[in-house]
Amino acid sequence: MDTESTYSGYSHYSGRSRGSHRHGERSRDRHKSRSKDSRSEKSVTINTPPVEPLLGDSSVRGEQVQDDNWGETTTAVTGTSEHSLSQEDIVRITKDLEDSVGLDCRRYLTRTLAVILGLLVFLTPLAFLVLPHVLWPEKLQSCGTACEGLFISVAFKLLILLLAVWALFFRPARAGLPRVFVFRVLLIVLVLLFVASYWLFYSVRILDLQDDNYQGIVQYAVSLVDALLFIHYLAVVLLELRQLQPCFSVCVTRSTDGETRQYNLGQLSIQRAALAIVEHYYCDFPIHNPALLSASKSRAAKHLAGLKVYNVDGELAAAPAEGPGNNAAAGLAHSQSRAMIAAAARRRDTSHNELYYEEAEHERRVRKRKARLVVAVEEAFTHIKRMQEEEQKKAPGDVMDPREAAQAIFPSMARALQKYLRTTKQQHCHSMESIQQHLAFCITNNMTPKAFLESYLTPGPTLQYSRDHWLARQWTLISEASVTSGLKDGTVFLLKCVDFSLVVTSKKIPYIQMSEEYIDPKSHKFVLRLQSETSV
Amino acid sequence: MSFIPGQPVTAVVQRIEIQKLRQDSNLILGFSIGGGIDQDPGQNPFSEDKTDKGIYVTRISPGGPADVAGLKIGDKIMQVNGWDMTMVTHDKARKKLTKKNEDVVRLLVTRKSLEDAVKKSKNPSYPRP
Repeated sequence: MDTESTYSGYSHYSGRSRGSHRHGERSRDRHKSRSKDSRSEKSVTINTPPVEPLLGDSSVRGEQVQDDNWGETTTAVTGTSEHSLSQEDIVRITKDLEDSVGLDCRRYLTRTLAVILGLLVFLTPLAFLVLPHVLWPEKLQSCGTACEGLFISVAFKLLILLLAVWALFFRPARAGLPRVFVFRVLLIVLVLLFVASYWLFYSVRILDLQDDNYQGIVQYAVSLVDALLFIHYLAVVLLELRQLQPCFSVCVTRSTDGETRQYNLGQLSIQRAALAIVEHYYCDFPIHNPALLSASKSRAAKHLAGLKVYNVDGELAAAPAEGPGNNAAAGLAHSQSRAMIAAAARRRDTSHNELYYEEAEHERRVRKRKARLVVAVEEAFTHIKRMQEEEQKKAPGDVMDPREAAQAIFPSMARALQKYLRTTKQQHCHSMESIQQHLAFCITNNMTPKAFLESYLTPGPTLQYSRDHWLARQWTLISEASVTSGLKDGTVFLLKCVDFSLVVTSKKIPYIQMSEEYIDPKSHKFVLRLQSETSV
Repeated sequence: MSFIPGQPVTAVVQRIEIQKLRQDSNLILGFSIGGGIDQDPGQNPFSEDKTDKGIYVTRISPGGPADVAGLKIGDKIMQVNGWDMTMVTHDKARKKLTKKNEDVVRLLVTRKSLEDAVKKSKNPSYPRP
């Protein structure tokens, strides 16, 4: 096959023939070469990716393979293979792999460290209690009643601490943030310092001197557990309670189509605020539909293509010389753009007319298709009805489960639905399988045709659609301020995704000064005023 | 001051000339009026006849132009600059008093004490109040 020959040719010339890493490098290079493709279109064209799966051993990081002979040695691969992916998907997959491997390591590492730390801290009081018995059992005073009561207290407090730590910290992680969570680090440092100081005291005063007052030791262990519980209280306040009170109003705008929402957030760092906003994005914003933006792009292209600038006088902005030469070139460019703007303002542009009629026509078409669709769906729903219990025993002839029922009535409405989706440019959001599933779901739950159609008539939030529509779980936070600094009035940052970006601005909720005024309920007295009096 | 329907109304009137005062781009006269054919005459505290729907002076701002000119509270306004005020709506009366292009209003007003004064002067044996 063609691919075999090109593959071997590449590896021969690459100069690095590391056996198991060939796959990874290859995927890396193909990814890199695509950006070179657009520049050197004459030399090599790659139409499809290789047949071998790209999800191979791509844990290679770091050095890029600079192979200058690459263009000449590899022949073009034309024709299609069974697994054809679009370029965007490849970019996404390689990016996901690069980052997910790194992130997973980091996540597991932090988790295991945290668990180890937690165990150490948890076992410390027990160690305090057990060590005297192990090291100097003969000298030790026997434990009286009060002392044994303290044992129970230690046990229950440790149990409560265990449950509380499990409740607060051992929850599935929602996201991976770019920088560490400052409060968590602070708390870890505090706990470590704390436990270290307790151990220090214990080892110096008790272990070295082999203190025989066991009750004192038990009380010391109890005080440690109390203090740990208080630190946990501090953790709850810092991590959970502090950001509940709304302090900022953030305005989130999608860059491609201007969808805007406002949210109230508390005092958060920029990265945590970004996380909250992305979670809200998935639930509130209607799905991003690139097909709807093509009209404005074509209009913009027409504007640009309308005017051409010709230099009649023959002055060329030739070689960029120093000083005045550069200024002349810059001035020439300035005057060119200004001339274009002036000419565009002056010429009689009828594109607004076209837009108006086009939009009216589109509106009419959508309404017509919608009417046909509603009628078709209503008619289709009348063809099936739910079978009652008694009938089930009587006529077991043509009984269908919801999936089969959906498949039976789907053809009668399929055409109308498909035409409607094409008119509103939503056809890539819904596959036939998903439509049939939704239909079966509606039939099962006794929903009316209107309820079935609701998810197709209005674009819903992103989470409603199939998994590959929210494949972009990779968001980049672009911010001028440090991402661990807190939100302030006028903070602006961007959340970039593959297709679009979300622009976020925050405003502080103003301080409200409220005063009171007392009204005596008996002071509400009224008279009739049929005689009006006007002052002149 | 009651009138007999069908008969012309007669009353003893006093001529009062008020100069309007300019205050904050308004021309004010310094008194308030009440009454009118669209109002309830029974509520009028100043009229003798509780069916009288004429325009009465209900309040005078102390030191204002009306006070200076000698208008008294309880006066019934019969004419404003020649316009009749005995059978007008409240709003029309207001409009006739507050015309922006007039600096002075000449009122004909009547009050009970005027009648008494005239009667006293006509009849010397009229018992003094």
